[in-house]
Amino acid sequence: MLKKLLIANRGEIAVRVIRAAQDLGIATVAVYSAADADALHVQLADEAVLIGPPAAKKSYLNIEALLAAALSTGCDSIHPGYGFLAENAAFSDAVTAAGLVFVGPSGDAIRLMGDKVSARTAAADAGVPVVPGSKGRVESIEAARAVLEETGFPVMIKAAAGGGGRGIRIAHSLIEFEQGFAQAQAEALAAFGDGGLYMEKVIARARHIEVQVLADGQNAIHCYERECSLQRRRQKVWEEAPSRALSPALREELCASAVALARAVSYSGAGTVEYLYDDAADRFYFIEMNTRIQVEHPVTEAITGIDLVAEMLRIAGGEPLWLVQGDVTVKGHAIEVRINAEDPARDFAPFPGTVGALRIPGGPGVRFDSMLYNGYQVPPFYDSLLAKLIVHAETREAALARLTRALKELEIGDLVTTRALFLALAADPDVRAGDVHTRWLEGWLVENAAALAS
Amino acid sequence: MTPIHSPLPGTFYRSAAPGQPPLKADGDAVAIGDVIGLIEVMKSFHEVKSEVAGENIRFLVDNEDPVMAGAALAELG
Repeated sequence: MLKKLLIANRGEIAVRVIRAAQDLGIATVAVYSAADADALHVQLADEAVLIGPPAAKKSYLNIEALLAAALSTGCDSIHPGYGFLAENAAFSDAVTAAGLVFVGPSGDAIRLMGDKVSARTAAADAGVPVVPGSKGRVESIEAARAVLEETGFPVMIKAAAGGGGRGIRIAHSLIEFEQGFAQAQAEALAAFGDGGLYMEKVIARARHIEVQVLADGQNAIHCYERECSLQRRRQKVWEEAPSRALSPALREELCASAVALARAVSYSGAGTVEYLYDDAADRFYFIEMNTRIQVEHPVTEAITGIDLVAEMLRIAGGEPLWLVQGDVTVKGHAIEVRINAEDPARDFAPFPGTVGALRIPGGPGVRFDSMLYNGYQVPPFYDSLLAKLIVHAETREAALARLTRALKELEIGDLVTTRALFLALAADPDVRAGDVHTRWLEGWLVENAAALAS
Repeated sequence: MTPIHSPLPGTFYRSAAPGQPPLKADGDAVAIGDVIGLIEVMKSFHEVKSEVAGENIRFLVDNEDPVMAGAALAELG
């Protein structure tokens, strides 16, 4: 078991990790930037170390300062949370090289899954369905034509070194494709210093479904799926578990494929295998694997009763996975919404400020993961996530009712947040029917801009 | 001296993108509506437009410095 853990993060996830560690009797060391001296994670940890000025680059992303803080306080381990350095292979390697335990996978596993082409190849090799497309990089237009026979049109041409939606081009015909291919090569070389391209069929309408896995390097299990189809600019805003779109047989197939991939790469820790699910074709396709704990992990905790962060800490401490697949059962339905310091009435403009009269929702089936307290000044330097409201109930309908009830209980004073958006979404017929896809919310936001502004 | 204030709290940037020259150099003239820098607030970027005109701008805040809302970013002579 780990003895003393440094949490290389801030905000609600730092608080979440500190709580899990303290529940297990592990001593905790928080780190903070000059802007976070009053932050909740600093108050809750057993010790706290100032690691630099407000800019994340000089504090939460400063590997040297983080290692120095861990070594000077006698830590034996570092949890990276999500964001910042959580999927930075060099950080995982540096922590290990310093003689400490990185609570997450090895640098090699992060590298394998971080490169889109190698991740796709690993998935295909493990028998996981991937979006029809090239096996790896497409070196020539002749090779590309052969791939087109499998994908058809429209087809995506993607830069191997791209990411976050950059370096993507869509062709609707052979003429567009042949013109676009050479341009895409030149653009990728200019933008990323790497002209490598790969190709994927465009799945026009799909849900985002992801499978939570836990693995200890030898064994792997899944904790069922989450559906995160409500997204704005590719950022999830609302997550649920389980997905109502899957048949029991397809759910088993999907979850088994995630376990197969985790086993194939000897994965260790908590991870998430992400898929697109095409309702019309009743097929799922691998997109990527995230090698960290995710923002939306609490919905899985709600339906399975498993503390995923505690499991990460046990695995990192060298314990073999103590859960077997049969231990993992699903009970009820859970929904999480992200309460961000953003104004949905003004195109989600950020809204840092001071927390006024805070009223946190409670009662049965309600969880509120946050770093807020009365009088807390939300600093402008980091992301806008203030809190995650998670509700759990016997059925999805009951969870929606509970979500509305809990959102009405929530008060944060004068801070403008995304709360109003979720009250509107929880009442929307399509959301209530679960009839959504990954591009549904952006259309809804355009149609409902006036209602949100009033 | 006429100050130009930051409309938002966040991180101040002198150029539109990393590696690009500053939007305004010390000594430049500024017209109303000129963009003199960017403020990054919670990972989103906002242009700082001057609401005043003047000669000889002098920056009071360095590139990438944290600023509070209302802080004087620069002065016009």
